Amino acid sequence: MTGSKMSGADALLKALEQEGVDTVFGIPGGASMPIYDPLVDRSPIRHILCRHEQGAGHAAEGYAWATGKVGVCMATSGPGATNLVTPLADAKMDSVPIVAITGQVPTPVVGNDAFQEADITGITMPVTKHNFLVKDPADIVATVREAFHIASTGRPGPVLIDLPKDVLLADTTYRWHDNVTLPGYKPTTKGNQRQVVEAVKMILRAKKPVLYVGGGVIKADAHQELFDLATTGQLPVVTTLMARGVFPDSNELCLGMPGMHGNYTAVTAMQKSDLLVALGARFDDRVTGKLAAFAPHAKVIHVDIDPAEIGKNRVADVPIVGDCKDVIGKLAAELHKRQDEAGGPPDRSAWLGQLRGWQDEYPYRYPTDDGKLKPQYCVERLRALADDDTICVSGVGQHQMYASQYWRFEHPRKWINSGGLGTMGFAVPAAMGAKVGRPEARVVAIDGDGCFQMTAQELATSATEQIPFVTAILNNGYLGMVRQWQELFFDERYSGVWLDPNVPDYVKLAEAYGAVGLRVESTDEVDTVIEKAYSITDRSVVIDFRVDPGEMVFPMVPSGASNDDIIVGPESIQSTTDPGEAPIA
Amino acid sequence: MNGATLHTISVLVEDRPGVLTRVAGLFAARGYNIDSLAVGPTEAAGISRMTIVVNVDESPLEQVTKQLNKLINVIKILEHDPGTAVERELMLVKVRAEGDARARIMELADVFRVSIVDVTASTLTVEASGKPEKLEALRELLSEFGIVELSRTGRIALARGERGIRERVLKAAKAG
Ligand SMILES: Cc1ncc(C[n+]2csc(CCOP(=O)(O)OP(=O)(O)O)c2C)c(N)n1
Repeated sequence: MTGSKMSGADALLKALEQEGVDTVFGIPGGASMPIYDPLVDRSPIRHILCRHEQGAGHAAEGYAWATGKVGVCMATSGPGATNLVTPLADAKMDSVPIVAITGQVPTPVVGNDAFQEADITGITMPVTKHNFLVKDPADIVATVREAFHIASTGRPGPVLIDLPKDVLLADTTYRWHDNVTLPGYKPTTKGNQRQVVEAVKMILRAKKPVLYVGGGVIKADAHQELFDLATTGQLPVVTTLMARGVFPDSNELCLGMPGMHGNYTAVTAMQKSDLLVALGARFDDRVTGKLAAFAPHAKVIHVDIDPAEIGKNRVADVPIVGDCKDVIGKLAAELHKRQDEAGGPPDRSAWLGQLRGWQDEYPYRYPTDDGKLKPQYCVERLRALADDDTICVSGVGQHQMYASQYWRFEHPRKWINSGGLGTMGFAVPAAMGAKVGRPEARVVAIDGDGCFQMTAQELATSATEQIPFVTAILNNGYLGMVRQWQELFFDERYSGVWLDPNVPDYVKLAEAYGAVGLRVESTDEVDTVIEKAYSITDRSVVIDFRVDPGEMVFPMVPSGASNDDIIVGPESIQSTTDPGEAPIA
Repeated sequence: MNGATLHTISVLVEDRPGVLTRVAGLFAARGYNIDSLAVGPTEAAGISRMTIVVNVDESPLEQVTKQLNKLINVIKILEHDPGTAVERELMLVKVRAEGDARARIMELADVFRVSIVDVTASTLTVEASGKPEKLEALRELLSEFGIVELSRTGRIALARGERGIRERVLKAAKAG
């Protein structure tokens, strides 16, 4: 195959196109201008001009979460590139496949403290799955191939490609490479059958099994296999913050979210279980609480594509390295086979009955009799008035927990949030990216007033690029999650957490950004305003919900405490609880 | 130095810019001290070998090794069993050598079968290679004369026996 002559920048765009990229989120600059020139008329790729590179990065993440494809963002050198560090770190923690393309100063001055130079490959080494500095235009296409391969396979993650301006401008020959050669990169995708058999024997023996399901199951698109496994074996399922929706909330085996703000049944089921089947979950400290006291009677089967996760926090009795789709499929098949021979699943009615009892006794609940507008109620109504296909995105804080607790998820890829890094400012741009990836779906961002102010400027992008979504600000006038901790663990000494609920005026701000601004001040206005917001589909809408500033997220396991000491509501707080050893979200 | 937690690891890496930083960064990010690190080319083009001596307990070491394995440019990692590895290091020591010290240093060099590679009116420079323990013993003895300057390469190691790790790895990489 003989290639055609073109510039490095043209080759880059052509390679992106050949990788299936239809959209890039970015902001141009001196070093990346050569890439922007072909976008005028030579490339079919849609460039969405964001207002901040952090926004571009989170938008690429939202796109990737919603579609399962690789999201792409772009920035110029130096400050443009450093603004991508937060979304890259976010994507690394949550295994989100994105490729970031950054312009770099020309090769002769790289390392010279040239204008707008930053050693972005050096800076992002610890927060990317891998990164590249391309010094020869002939390497551009192969690098793009490698970057997309690395980002989307194995445990997905962010990859950065840094491209000096002279490399982009130089002539090169376009040659597509069918194969990617990375001798050091061979993820194990197929689970070992012997281990699978071992695991199924343990599942059949277990009296109190729990499927502990994490975000890896969504990444692997293994929701059907999971459904098959759980229903075949009559195995109750907890879905972590990262996994909400991978198993339908409406299914009677679904226990919902475990962890620091999980519900009593999910938390306690794990504590009392005799077998935890961890599927694409990483025993995060927000799930385990005090590790030494976590699920003390449980044997562990741990399935993960990343061998480094297995045994990292909790020893696995049966470790299985592999892609969740493959391994869960094999587990389900083996379980089918053995149960058919035995004439059905083992009798687990006692365990399932106990779980049901807890669910009845300890549902999520919040005060409804004080006449105040409750954030939980707003989430419930936002969900009730939307259909199952609606994508819910959140920021980080109390509102994130309310969203995960009170939104009912029926399908995977309908819930998008920043779980691992806990990045404030994630919601608005991620919602925008999700809407670009899934234009037919309604997208609702549930945000805090603090988070919203970090990236609200992407509403301007949404207006000019016509990417409409709804942002529901649960405006409590505080950095609420921090306020909650100060209330509980620092004797109500509120420091640095008050945000004036009236500044900015969110309705006017929305209008200024070309969106529709609506305000809700009391419970009885909630439905009318949400219905109005949902009826607007040609513009973004911001709803300023003036919620009770004193509301807190419950249940709660204080960090550093055992999951056995879950606090189900404000009535069971002991005022002298230890602030705990781990920092907050 | 606590011998019980000292580990020698060989890491085969693709010879690409930044790979040393990536490897060292993994240790640094966890606050582990690298005792010695030696890098050089191997028999295969494009593949370098790092020998890392690190002072960590077994379980964090396992986590670091797994993380190292995740680096895209890392091809293979092998932890050496101290009993079955050949370990060597190179040392250059410049010592004060005036009066009768001169003869005594040359005698020492003889006994240790190491060579004198530079001579001035007041100093001798000794080149020594061997097991780290041997170099340690020699350094100890030379120190009484007064060491002007010393430089060591850090340890390199190969497993004993006829097979190398690279051919096994490359075979596995092709098969996989
Ligand atoms: C970028 C960033 N800075 C600081 C924090 C620490 N933090 C976690 S939650 C939170 C408060 C969030 O406040 P808000 O967005 O108003 O949400 P609320 O908790 O009130 O629902 C803060 C400051 C963070 N997670 N991210």
